[in-house]
Amino acid sequence: MTTALYDVPGPRARQRHRLYGIASTVVILAVLAGIVHLLFTTGQFTAAKWTPFTYQGIQDLLLRGLGNTLRAFGLAAVLSLAFGAVFATGRLSVHRAVRWLSTVVVEFFRAMPVLVMIFFIYVALKAEPLVALVAGLTLYNGSVLAEVFRSGINAVERGQREAAYALGMRKTQVMTQILAPQAVRAMLPAIISQLVVALKDTSLGYLITYEEFLHAGKLIASNLDYDLPFIPVVMIISPIYIGMCMLLSWLANWVARRQRRNPKVEAVEVAAPEPGTLLPGGTRPPAK
Amino acid sequence: MNVLLDNLSLYGQGLLGTVELTVYSSLLALVLGFLMAAFRVAPVGSLRAIGTVWVNVLRNTPLTLLFFAVVLGLPRFGLVLPFTLFAVLALGCYTSAFICEAVRSGINTVPTGQGEAARSLGMSFPQTLGDIVLPQAFRSVIPPIGSTLIALAKNSAIAGAFSVVELLGVYKPLSERGYSIIWTFVWIAVGYLLVTLTISALFHVLEKRYGVAR
Repeated sequence: MTTALYDVPGPRARQRHRLYGIASTVVILAVLAGIVHLLFTTGQFTAAKWTPFTYQGIQDLLLRGLGNTLRAFGLAAVLSLAFGAVFATGRLSVHRAVRWLSTVVVEFFRAMPVLVMIFFIYVALKAEPLVALVAGLTLYNGSVLAEVFRSGINAVERGQREAAYALGMRKTQVMTQILAPQAVRAMLPAIISQLVVALKDTSLGYLITYEEFLHAGKLIASNLDYDLPFIPVVMIISPIYIGMCMLLSWLANWVARRQRRNPKVEAVEVAAPEPGTLLPGGTRPPAK
Repeated sequence: MNVLLDNLSLYGQGLLGTVELTVYSSLLALVLGFLMAAFRVAPVGSLRAIGTVWVNVLRNTPLTLLFFAVVLGLPRFGLVLPFTLFAVLALGCYTSAFICEAVRSGINTVPTGQGEAARSLGMSFPQTLGDIVLPQAFRSVIPPIGSTLIALAKNSAIAGAFSVVELLGVYKPLSERGYSIIWTFVWIAVGYLLVTLTISALFHVLEKRYGVAR
């Protein structure tokens, strides 16, 4: 990694950095050890707290919760992509009324906390939890995606649109065959990142008692028969949840890296940094 | 309309709770975010690793899960604090990851010549970062930090579901008293718009004052 912020360290700086590195590692290890010690002293690793997870019923409950989370995510993802496409088209429409209406809708739903929308649909419209969750996520993420799509389409080179019109294409054809494919390709990382947000926000379903992953954990943790295995539940649920989101984030990064790969810069190797030229009579410091 | 006038104090309390949560968590997030951004560009490898892990884990954690773990989990270790403090902790740590990324990309927008010039004057890494690069990066990170803090204000609604006094929680007592639920929510929405629009106006002023001239 090269950076302009600090010199390539010489032998003494390297030694100092090693010292800092060791010190910070020790601090981190101490904190981790403290946490593990705390977990042990409060008895979080006792068999009584972990045996419930070997039961078929508990495993089924967790898996059903995970399935419900993924179902809500899938529905919300598909619907918000559709919502985004419709309203992005609306905001780019040639008709002023359509443009105005779409702008109001998109800006309003972007400004509202997604939880307020979910609660509104759940409490005021008395919808099913799944419907409320999916609808709330769709409205919010769809509006954000509409902005992503719109900026993507605006970022397509103007010559493309002009050439398409010059060939005699209609505006629908220009949009669907020329602009949208190029825009989606450029915006794919941003779209996937927004889907990560949707996946994370499915956990809001827990607050309206939708039977998703977190809710399943809560059910297990509040079951008095098992001596409240709350911390084990957190230790099982969070790696799975965070792992799923990281996987999707990693996909977004991978797509972005693929796009940045440009044959013009790929072939050029940048030389590794090294200490500057020596003054006459100087000696090179020993290599690391 | 009656809903608001009859329960002005209830709404006021809720709004105040949301503002309080937002302000305290913003401060925590800004401090932690700047610190982690400094870690992420530091010459010491293990500090970089700490920053990277912090950001990647927190950015991929659902906020509800974080609240679930912090608000319901920490008391089990005998750590009993007011719910509001737990909420500030969870919100602040979560948002700090996003602030860190905004600051880091801001650092990258500062021309490399600035860092190189500072080094050639013999400045150390803390001096280069603190005196030369961060003040310039600050100018270009105002808009992304503004939108991160708006997201923070909106996320504070989750705290209401974990028995912290804030605006969204107002709907419960009101629906028990039999007020129209739709109007209750309309005024809650107006309250949130008030908060987010204030933040956005504040950052608009900041950007006018300090932002990069384009």
